[in-house]
Amino acid sequence: MADNHPTISKNFFMAKNMSIEQSIQTNNQPIIQAQDLTKEIETGETILTILKDVSLQVSAGESIAVIGASGSGKSTLLGLLAGLDTPTRGTVFLDGQDIFKLDEDERAVLRGRLLGFMFQSFQLLPALTALENVMLPLELSGASQARDAAINWLTRVGLEKRATHYPRHLSGGEQQRVAIARAFVTQPKLLFADEPTGNLDAVTGSQIIDLMFELNREQGTTLVLVTHDERLTECCARTVKLAAGKTVNQS
Amino acid sequence: MNLLQLSMKMLLRDWRAGELRILVLALIIAVSSVTTVGFFADRVQRALVLESSQLLGGDLLVSASHALPSAYEQRAKYFRLQTTTLTRFPSMVSYADNNLLCAIKAVTPGYPLRGKLQLAASPDDDKPAQPPARVAQGIPAPGTAWIDEKVMAGLDIKLGDKLEIGTIELTVTELVANEPDHSVGFVNMNPRLLINEQDLAASQLIQPGSRVSYQLLVAGEIADVATFRDWLEPQLMPGEHVEGIQDARPEIRSALDRAGKFLGLAALASVVVAAVAVALATRRFIQRHLDGCAVMRCLGATQSILLRLYLYHFLMLGAFASLAGCVLGVVAQEFLSRWLAELVGTVLPLPGSLPAAQGMLTGMVLLLGFSLPPLLNLRQVPALRVIRRDMGMANLHGFTGYAFGLAMLSALFIWKADNLKLGLLVMLGFLLAVTVFIAIGWLLIRLMLLMRTQGSGAWHYGLANIKRRTLASLVQAVALGLGMMALLTLTLIRTDLLQNWQTRLPPDTPNRFLINIQPEQQPELAAFFEQHNIAQSDMFPMVRGRLTMINDELVRPDSYNDDPHAKQFIMREFNLSWMESLQQDNEIIAGEWWQSRETTTNELSMEDEFAKTIGVKLGDRMTFHIAGQDFTATITSLRKIDWDTFHVNFFAVLRPGLLDTYPATYVTSFYLPSTQTGIMQNLVRAFPNILIIDVASMIERVQAMIGQVARAVEFVFLFTLLAGFIVLYAAIAATQDERKYEAAIFRTLGARKQQLARAWLVEFAILGSLAGMFAAAGSSVLGYVISERALHLPYIPNPWLWLAGILIGIISVTVAGLIGTRSTLSQPPLLTLRKSG
Repeated sequence: MADNHPTISKNFFMAKNMSIEQSIQTNNQPIIQAQDLTKEIETGETILTILKDVSLQVSAGESIAVIGASGSGKSTLLGLLAGLDTPTRGTVFLDGQDIFKLDEDERAVLRGRLLGFMFQSFQLLPALTALENVMLPLELSGASQARDAAINWLTRVGLEKRATHYPRHLSGGEQQRVAIARAFVTQPKLLFADEPTGNLDAVTGSQIIDLMFELNREQGTTLVLVTHDERLTECCARTVKLAAGKTVNQS
Repeated sequence: MNLLQLSMKMLLRDWRAGELRILVLALIIAVSSVTTVGFFADRVQRALVLESSQLLGGDLLVSASHALPSAYEQRAKYFRLQTTTLTRFPSMVSYADNNLLCAIKAVTPGYPLRGKLQLAASPDDDKPAQPPARVAQGIPAPGTAWIDEKVMAGLDIKLGDKLEIGTIELTVTELVANEPDHSVGFVNMNPRLLINEQDLAASQLIQPGSRVSYQLLVAGEIADVATFRDWLEPQLMPGEHVEGIQDARPEIRSALDRAGKFLGLAALASVVVAAVAVALATRRFIQRHLDGCAVMRCLGATQSILLRLYLYHFLMLGAFASLAGCVLGVVAQEFLSRWLAELVGTVLPLPGSLPAAQGMLTGMVLLLGFSLPPLLNLRQVPALRVIRRDMGMANLHGFTGYAFGLAMLSALFIWKADNLKLGLLVMLGFLLAVTVFIAIGWLLIRLMLLMRTQGSGAWHYGLANIKRRTLASLVQAVALGLGMMALLTLTLIRTDLLQNWQTRLPPDTPNRFLINIQPEQQPELAAFFEQHNIAQSDMFPMVRGRLTMINDELVRPDSYNDDPHAKQFIMREFNLSWMESLQQDNEIIAGEWWQSRETTTNELSMEDEFAKTIGVKLGDRMTFHIAGQDFTATITSLRKIDWDTFHVNFFAVLRPGLLDTYPATYVTSFYLPSTQTGIMQNLVRAFPNILIIDVASMIERVQAMIGQVARAVEFVFLFTLLAGFIVLYAAIAATQDERKYEAAIFRTLGARKQQLARAWLVEFAILGSLAGMFAAAGSSVLGYVISERALHLPYIPNPWLWLAGILIGIISVTVAGLIGTRSTLSQPPLLTLRKSG
């Protein structure tokens, strides 16, 4: 599906290379520290190991891509790093906090404060307009000026004219741009993205990648991506490859 | 922004997106049905109070054998009540050579306070049985008298003639067709004469020792009347009585009770059906909000935020829908009242506001009852669902969530029925039905799966669908079955029940009672009936006696001061009768009816309610003072009487042979067609001592009431029907998302539209027949319980129930299902697959 805002995308293209340099220069204080993460699932009599002893450090401002074949445990790792799921063993520190010492509610508050998310299927609430979707995280945390901030971010992603549209009236690229605005509106330290271009065609996917990295550079956000998309991988400073639930290569 | 505002915004957004349609519709229907019936019943109740007042001529009647203290009337006026006094007494009236014992009523201006005095339309016409057409303006002028048809016949007098009464002459100016206080009590004597109170002194009719009843009628606001009665009762001197409208005739009360039960049942049926729709719609709501909740969890919403968000959401939704339902209820009941008013020619009084409150509460209880448990689950949606869509809620399909709703519904039942036992019974029955339905449904599905290898592809895939969604299919079939059960019960069984009820008062229901028949007059009377071709029912002997002792205690009227009703009974004489076998409309509820005459004890059977009123029970001894002697009998049975059959019945019945030595008179009843009322004149002439009681107007009133209720039930039934449609819609919508996805996959794999439609047709038909079967089974049991237990009418099974149930089930579910899924079939598959990602 064609994107309607070529001028903005062009600017983001130019910014692409700068973001990589910047991420290398940022300090090496780990914002994510995963230790021996293991996830097992009981299926009847057998125990299925989805993730085995994965350790990982991500510095603030760094961008990493988690890659691997389907079923290698990428999404599970992302879910654990973001505290959406609990590990069988091991733990994760986010910004120095052991997130599995918190209960699910405390993790939710932590997510609201620290994290932003993007998903393959966008996960916009169908009953809310583009603007309302962007406002939602601010409204949930009780922040004031939610509308202004949301309009500001919708403008940043070039969708100010589509603010009152519902997701079903937006193209895939537009929906993902709303999702980007929603992810950045809380000014998170960390952005988790699960196959953000997976449901988009190549041109739209590139535009989304540009936009995401442009904002990431500007906001100094740490980026963790799960992807199959090589263009995305290229944009990241580091790649973590998973196979059968283990890290096989970090580069 | 606070949570409440956010919740309100989300509610509006959901509303705009059409997510709440089913839920809101179901709630509105439940609430409007309850409020319509509530308002309507309230109005009917008020109308009945008014009508009973008409029977009395006022709201309260104070009577005494001596002139009433003027303080009573002053006090009544002080309580803002209207008053009027009357004097009643029997006297001989003469015209030419004819003499007739008449009941004279001397009235003062203002009479009657309630109801209308109706005068015959064409006084010159010599047919006395003309329908009333004129309402009297005022009372007879001094020097004139108004007479009824029996005086006219008895004295052979015409309008304009002068009759003699005491020492004066009065000109007959009007023929009275109907008096408001005509049918009160069984002691009114025919014929009747109405005169102005100013003529009373001159007539010198009232002498010391005359049998005179001095009466005061009062009327006004219900509350004021009650206050006045409270003040009056302790003041009453011996020989003074007060009679209010709540001491209405048991015949009418009994008919009204049944009417109320019918209406209440119809309303509750629509509430049950709507509850099913609410439960289904809530489930769909939750399902469709799982993703949203997961996203919000991801975005930092805590469990308590989510819970509060959706709780406010549902509270506001419930308040809005209930309010809308109330408004609709007000409109609907006004329509119903007007419609019925047109049919029966009465205008109902305006209702109170309590039904609106009941309606609101019903709506909130329904919504929160069925939504709270899934809401509590909703907040536990794993945030991981944003990545892995198969992570949902394990117990969403379970019945545990519905248990709370069911409990709330039962609480509603208990409250509405004002009966703990009935409410619990309904809940248990409901649970039992659901369990049995599910067990049978599961077995049937298993059985059908055995036949899976046979038949076409559509049959195969349809069955596969049912199997894959066994639990969801069962939930749908049971929900639809429950909805249809209420509908079937109301359509087929309702007709049976109403007809059954109406046949209790056949056109030839006795409408005249004759009392005070002397033993030797029996053959003469029988000959009279034969001569005039009137079917006469049994003669019942009757001996009058005053109750003097219960066991060894002396009976004192003072000990019944708490219950004026009981006190009046105690102060009057009892009518004691005897009979060999139990009457058809009587039912023994304790003890045993006598088998033979060969026992030594004096056996007595009492009417249950009456026994409770005067405080006697099985085994008690009652001593009566009859004609100067004491007679003691022991209560060996308690009976329940269906009063609205209008048969001759007695509170106290004895074993035959016990009272043979006492002076007895006889009572009988018969049906007199309105075309033959002239016969009454002959009867009066032939048997001047016999008292005739005309209950024709009362029977007409009860018959009209039954007709009114039948129509009201039909009207309320519309709500149930609407609720049934909502259930159907909700049930189809419940699986629509799943179906869309499934259709997309099938289409991708090359299935043609028709193939898919056929597979679904099979699935819907199976669901429909299951639902129809459940409905037929449930409604048979329900019909039996309702008629035998609640309404005390014999149950006649309807053979069409099963066929109709299953056919309606199959047709309605397949048609609705195919219409509901039509858009799904034509959607391009990729769109759906992308969306569900």
